[in-house]
Amino acid sequence: MKSNTNKSLAKTRTGIDGLDEVTEGGFPEGRPTLICGSAGCGKTLLAMQFLVKGITEDNEHGVFMSFEEGVKDLTQNVQSLGFDLEKLITQKKLRIDHVRIERSEIEETGEYDLEGIFVRLNHAIDSIGAKRVVLDTIESLFGGLDNSTILRSELRRLFQWLKDKGVTTIITGERGENSLTRQGLEEYVSDCVILLDFRVIDQIATRRLRIVKYRGSTHGTNEYPFLIDESGISVLPITSLKLEHHTSNEIVSTGLPTLDNLFARGGFFKGSSTLITGSAGTAKTTLSTYFALSSCKRNERVLYFSFEESPEQLIRNMQSVDIKIEQYVKSKLLYIHASRPSLQGLEMHLLLLHKLIKEYNPLTVIVDPISSLVTVGSGSEVRAMLVRLMDMLKVKGISALFTSLTPSDQFESSITETTISSLADTWIKLSNKEHNKGRVRNLVVVKSRGMGHSSDVSDFIITDEGIKILSSLSV
Amino acid sequence: MKDSQHPKLNTDDTLVLKLYVSGMSPNSMEAIENIKKLCDDRLKNGFELEIIDLYKNPEAAKEHQIIFSPSLIKISPLPKKILIGTFHDAEKVITVLGLSIKE
Repeated sequence: MKSNTNKSLAKTRTGIDGLDEVTEGGFPEGRPTLICGSAGCGKTLLAMQFLVKGITEDNEHGVFMSFEEGVKDLTQNVQSLGFDLEKLITQKKLRIDHVRIERSEIEETGEYDLEGIFVRLNHAIDSIGAKRVVLDTIESLFGGLDNSTILRSELRRLFQWLKDKGVTTIITGERGENSLTRQGLEEYVSDCVILLDFRVIDQIATRRLRIVKYRGSTHGTNEYPFLIDESGISVLPITSLKLEHHTSNEIVSTGLPTLDNLFARGGFFKGSSTLITGSAGTAKTTLSTYFALSSCKRNERVLYFSFEESPEQLIRNMQSVDIKIEQYVKSKLLYIHASRPSLQGLEMHLLLLHKLIKEYNPLTVIVDPISSLVTVGSGSEVRAMLVRLMDMLKVKGISALFTSLTPSDQFESSITETTISSLADTWIKLSNKEHNKGRVRNLVVVKSRGMGHSSDVSDFIITDEGIKILSSLSV
Repeated sequence: MKDSQHPKLNTDDTLVLKLYVSGMSPNSMEAIENIKKLCDDRLKNGFELEIIDLYKNPEAAKEHQIIFSPSLIKISPLPKKILIGTFHDAEKVITVLGLSIKE
């Protein structure tokens, strides 16, 4: 008996980050896929990335038939993404055919067919042995031709011909008012339809992708946010929230020996997540940098997302309490990524975190403060995002530390405290108390999953030499 | 009404036509026949008509931006015109090509 895998649909990898996961392997091999969306949503880019990645990663040559942009424009548009189309063309791995239709020059008398397109495609495919084809945007042919009946039947014939030819094809289509595409191309392309969307919510632009249909295959049904940046398109798959990650028994130091002492095993579990909450000025960032420093000292990479301070500012401020991180920034053991929370939507932040984590491959990730993100999303959105982030970090076995600002008003509980404290493995609470003409900072370990910990409230002071945890006050 | 009843059309020497067809398809055969007939019956002077089979010259399709078959292209005199179809309507072809009766 043959194995089951032979029966399942063969797929062609798209080479687009995240899209292969969402489609569970890529586009249907040897069949057409329709990508539709409104103007400027990234259709052409996605199609081009599919071709270029096919060439560079899977050695599958490609033909791009453009009904809109010329070769020059296409080449320039993707140059910034590091795609060298000219080189691929001279290497005979890529062919671009720009189909210009000059409506004012054309008159119809009687029956005709699209054989010109067939011949051009066939020749282009055979001349370089192409496996992938893009038609961008074939609907342009309809522009003004009187006899759309001929065109429709010809397009049907074209898609069937592409199938018979066995090439994996992307057909792009502009979003119509009541249908997915203006000319109802979705009727002809029945194997896989993907919808791209670009919308602005609360002044923040978000791009989303949804698989409308995928015949013969399971696929994610959600809307997935995607990002266009200097390396092209990447889609953020929402990881399944399964609790089956590998857990470590190893311990990592908090970076502060006196703080380590509050934990029965002398630190946090490796790959666990820690939450530090406290009101303004309770030394959340300082404690985070200790943790970063301890990782650096073990020669393990740290990725530090700073939503409030710039890298220079962070380096300078930490210097004042004798935490020297500059050398690690220089040796690239510590990477500080600073950005304003309101710069992008919540999903974009998450996508960026994903990307950076993938690129930089850290063992420790710090997000300072996570509460800043609340300003760009609603409570449930933030929670969903954090669940996804924590899930991803856990799967990768990355130790994570999040800080969160709590309002000084004690009667009001902050969003993060209620939403994410349950997700964190360890929770350290910081607070300020005004006491005898001065302020006393104190710290308490609220919880620490899987190990005993001190339940005392410990006072601490910040000196030129760093944080000093004073005697525990058992009141 | 017989074609020969039409007055023959004067053309200057510069009329250059290219007819792109796809092999022996019914549309192609009909187009060739119609164009040949039109030229023989109606055009008085010299003209140039080249018939190109797309299947044998695929590069030409890209070079000359051929999308439809059959396609008749008037290369000169300008303006350039493209006629697509089987050209059964001779009067339309004549009008589109801008041929005029000169006595």
